[in-house]
Amino acid sequence: MKLALIVFIPFIGALVPPLAIQAGRNVCAAATAAVTGLALIVLLTEVATVYSGGVPRIDVPWLPQIGLTLSFFVDGLGLFFAALILVIGLLIILYARSYLDRADPMGRFLCYLLLFQGSMLGIVLSDNILLLVVFWELTSLTSFLLIGYWHHQAASRRGALMALVVTGSGGLALMGGMLLLGHAAGSYLLSDILTRGETIKASSLYLPALLLILLGAFTKSAQFPFHFWLPQAMAAPTPVSAYLHSATMVKAGIFLLARLWPALSGTPEWFVIVSLTGLLTMVIAAWIALFKDDLKALLAYSTVSHLGLLTMLLGFGTRSALIAAVLHILNHATFKAALFMSAGIVDHETGTRDIRRLGGLRHLMPITSGLAIVAAASMAGVAPLSGFLSKEMMLEEASHTIYAGQAWLFPLFATVGALLSAAYSARLVFHVFLGRKRYDYLRPPHDPPASMWLPVATLLIPVIAIGLMPAAIAGPIVEITARAAAGVALPEFHLTLWHGMTPALAMSAFATVGGLALLWGYPAANRVRLAVPRPEATAMFAASVAGMVRASRFLRGIIDDGRLPRYLTIIVGIIGILGLAGFLSAAPTSISGDRVPLPATLPALTGWLVLLLACGLIVCRHYDRFAALIITSVVGLVVSLAFLQFSAPDLALTQISVEVVTTILLLLAINLLPRTTPDELPLRSKLGAGGLAVLGGVGVAALAYAVMTRSFETISDFHIAQSKPGGGGTNVVNVILVDFRGYDTFGEIIVLAIAALTIFALLDSAMHGAAGRRLARVRFSPQAHDPHPLMLTVVARILLPLSLTVGAYILLRGHNMPGGGFIAGLIVAVAFLMQYMASGYVWAHRRARFDAHVLIGGGVMIAGATGVASLLLDRPFLTSTFGYFHFPIFGEVELASAMAFDIGVFFTVIGTCLLSLATLSRVEERAEQASNQAEARAR
Amino acid sequence: MSMEFLMASGIGALTSAGLYLILLRRTFPIVIGLSFLSYAVNVFLFTMGRLAIDRPPIVGTSGDGYTDPLPQALVLTAIVITFGMTALIVVLSLRAFLETGDDDVTLEVRPDDEPSSKTHSVTSR
Repeated sequence: MKLALIVFIPFIGALVPPLAIQAGRNVCAAATAAVTGLALIVLLTEVATVYSGGVPRIDVPWLPQIGLTLSFFVDGLGLFFAALILVIGLLIILYARSYLDRADPMGRFLCYLLLFQGSMLGIVLSDNILLLVVFWELTSLTSFLLIGYWHHQAASRRGALMALVVTGSGGLALMGGMLLLGHAAGSYLLSDILTRGETIKASSLYLPALLLILLGAFTKSAQFPFHFWLPQAMAAPTPVSAYLHSATMVKAGIFLLARLWPALSGTPEWFVIVSLTGLLTMVIAAWIALFKDDLKALLAYSTVSHLGLLTMLLGFGTRSALIAAVLHILNHATFKAALFMSAGIVDHETGTRDIRRLGGLRHLMPITSGLAIVAAASMAGVAPLSGFLSKEMMLEEASHTIYAGQAWLFPLFATVGALLSAAYSARLVFHVFLGRKRYDYLRPPHDPPASMWLPVATLLIPVIAIGLMPAAIAGPIVEITARAAAGVALPEFHLTLWHGMTPALAMSAFATVGGLALLWGYPAANRVRLAVPRPEATAMFAASVAGMVRASRFLRGIIDDGRLPRYLTIIVGIIGILGLAGFLSAAPTSISGDRVPLPATLPALTGWLVLLLACGLIVCRHYDRFAALIITSVVGLVVSLAFLQFSAPDLALTQISVEVVTTILLLLAINLLPRTTPDELPLRSKLGAGGLAVLGGVGVAALAYAVMTRSFETISDFHIAQSKPGGGGTNVVNVILVDFRGYDTFGEIIVLAIAALTIFALLDSAMHGAAGRRLARVRFSPQAHDPHPLMLTVVARILLPLSLTVGAYILLRGHNMPGGGFIAGLIVAVAFLMQYMASGYVWAHRRARFDAHVLIGGGVMIAGATGVASLLLDRPFLTSTFGYFHFPIFGEVELASAMAFDIGVFFTVIGTCLLSLATLSRVEERAEQASNQAEARAR
Repeated sequence: MSMEFLMASGIGALTSAGLYLILLRRTFPIVIGLSFLSYAVNVFLFTMGRLAIDRPPIVGTSGDGYTDPLPQALVLTAIVITFGMTALIVVLSLRAFLETGDDDVTLEVRPDDEPSSKTHSVTSR
């Protein structure tokens, strides 16, 4: 539980800064720091366990079906990174308090920062690789928010988008890779995967999994050729650059490589891809960094270069290289965060980050300059600072790494990388802090308040301490971390400044001297740089994004042109192709099967002919909408007769009563819509639509015929056998509806209720706005002199009690004979609708004793209550029960709880019909009144 | 000719008519077309239980077995839902007509084709 807390404290705590900002900026920063501090304290309680060899873990199922569990564990590696994230996070929060302007919304900034912190902790503490991917993507998203924090600046928006696109698509690749990895290992738990390295490497999935995972790691850690997003991300506020883009997030890729080191490393593929990518990145980025005039850009490229160095070390696949990598992660995180913060201070105080406009700050800002020079010296690898130590170890590893039989390749380029690193560090020191005092600053710069330089100083404590006493300070941390990463015991190692006269020392000395020489010859080197072609990755990225946008526009122009017929053609066409493929792939011998067919009768033949005639007529004569409506109801009638013919009395009853309600509804609608459809389509379109329609019809007919002429095994024997003893009714269809499949029916009446309420909402608001004005202008042609003829009115009123009785009868008998809630509801609804038609909306509405909304809600609630009642009796939802009761006059009567459910259905159906039709007729009545008034005025 | 053939070809005719109507450009034929398609789908579903005469699934009424009640139960609710859908779509098209004065379902120009690319002036701190 405690482990999950470490991850979730920042997430929950992200609510704190937006609230605390009300109490002022100091309170806000302090509260945020308290959140991070709390997570750090919880983490520290695990330190003793981890250092005595334990691995605390927690396992909570989340989606166990797909292997996703909420599993966290802390081993040496996780502890190392988590501590780095939280400690540097704490310093960054303190620094951000002074860095952010009064105008910057600080609550939002710290909220994003905590969200990022939680995601990052999730990555390093996850024991499940799928969970790791989730947190991985969360860091991409939160980093997007943080880079785009100053979203009024175009550069911020561009940088944020680019970072999201590159790291987000890398995350997708990573997800694919993790799925393959989990498949190859047979588990998604890291603790399992790490012990199954041999199985994974022997698997055929190893190479694709490796490539995809590396894609994820390389994009996140800005390795060549994906390095370009990191400098663009420097548009973020400096605390973000220091935290995400040097100390933590960009290390996620490195972390992943170290985490999966036992499972993936040690193969030739791993060595070649990882170490060469790292080497290339280290040299190229260092070269670019040397010539950057923007302080933050220089630091960004140097970060890329150092990430390359780490990648290369991990690529070597040896345990001693792993030790060097771990030490350098620690060193780089400290000195680079310190440098970024110093750059932020310089920017803050002088108003510029352009190295050409800076210089001599030593005299103006002594504290900042002193701190920055120490950090830069560590970056350059000057003894006796921490950077010297890890650089030496890197060179030592490179000096005996042989690639393709070439013993010179790695040592040479590693030295070049170190040389360039020394050169850009020296440029930073000499061109910004040393040199002659300058007076052309916008305002006289001076050292910032302590809250801004204290975090920098704090970060330099380990830089100096590790350099002086490496074995005592860093030794145990590196030991525990590297052992956890390697998964096996480490070779004997001893961290010390002086290794004796080794090749590495010579390389190191050459690099430092060479770096200084390069800076001395800077103008000449710059001319060389300008002379060679420089492919601009940012421009390529922009071009490829623009290309994708054009391609999407083009595709959208084809499939989404704002015309419904086009969409439907595509949908129908694709369904047709799928159906055809199904037909063909099954290699049908004949459409017709071996089931004995029923002979056609004359009435059936007559009905069929009527149906075909109606289908033909609707195609030719649909322009007259009234005729179309009549043809539709004829079809409805034939369909209900067909149901009756083939032993489905319930369906026949339902269809015929639905037909009545639908026809009334469409009649009402036609009144307000145009009376005719214009014959506007060219013959070509008609033929196209007709061809598609005929093909679809033939396909469906063939499928139906093929099914009907084949025998089958039904699952309904159970329903028929259990209908009476289990459900207490003889009408199996009704028992299925209200009992066996009652939950489905419950869902269906809710759908009906939603449809009715939507209709009400659509029409109720149609009385206002543009729709209302158009409604008021509708002119009804005088059709009948008397809209409510006396005969109709009288007959309808007499019929009402009769219809209600029929409805009640149909409802009550439904459990045993054809009928039930649906049919009864429709019949009763028609009885009421007749009153509306005969006597008009106003008359009927005034006399209505009930509200359709209440009927709908009440019906759903009655049905639901029936289900809940069975829950109270410790039975599953909607379990029905029944019994036989004796009543004085009626005698023995059977009552089933399912009947109560059916009554709920009954009320919902009545309410739905009444609400939709009554609302429609209310709209119409309004329009008609307006029309009459206008006519009266005209006269 | 068999009953099966009559039913299958009837379903085919309903489907064809429905498909033709929904491919047109005005809302009302589309509503009618959807009704036709719904008839076709409902009857199609119903025939999945095969055809049987005089064997309604009411226990105790028939000596020689009953027809399959399950498709019937499914189709019964489908018919009612069809009503709900038709009502909703008719009202939707009515409201659209009242709102725009037009019942065409094709847009001549899409409003959102070119996003305006406004760039703010960059102010670096």
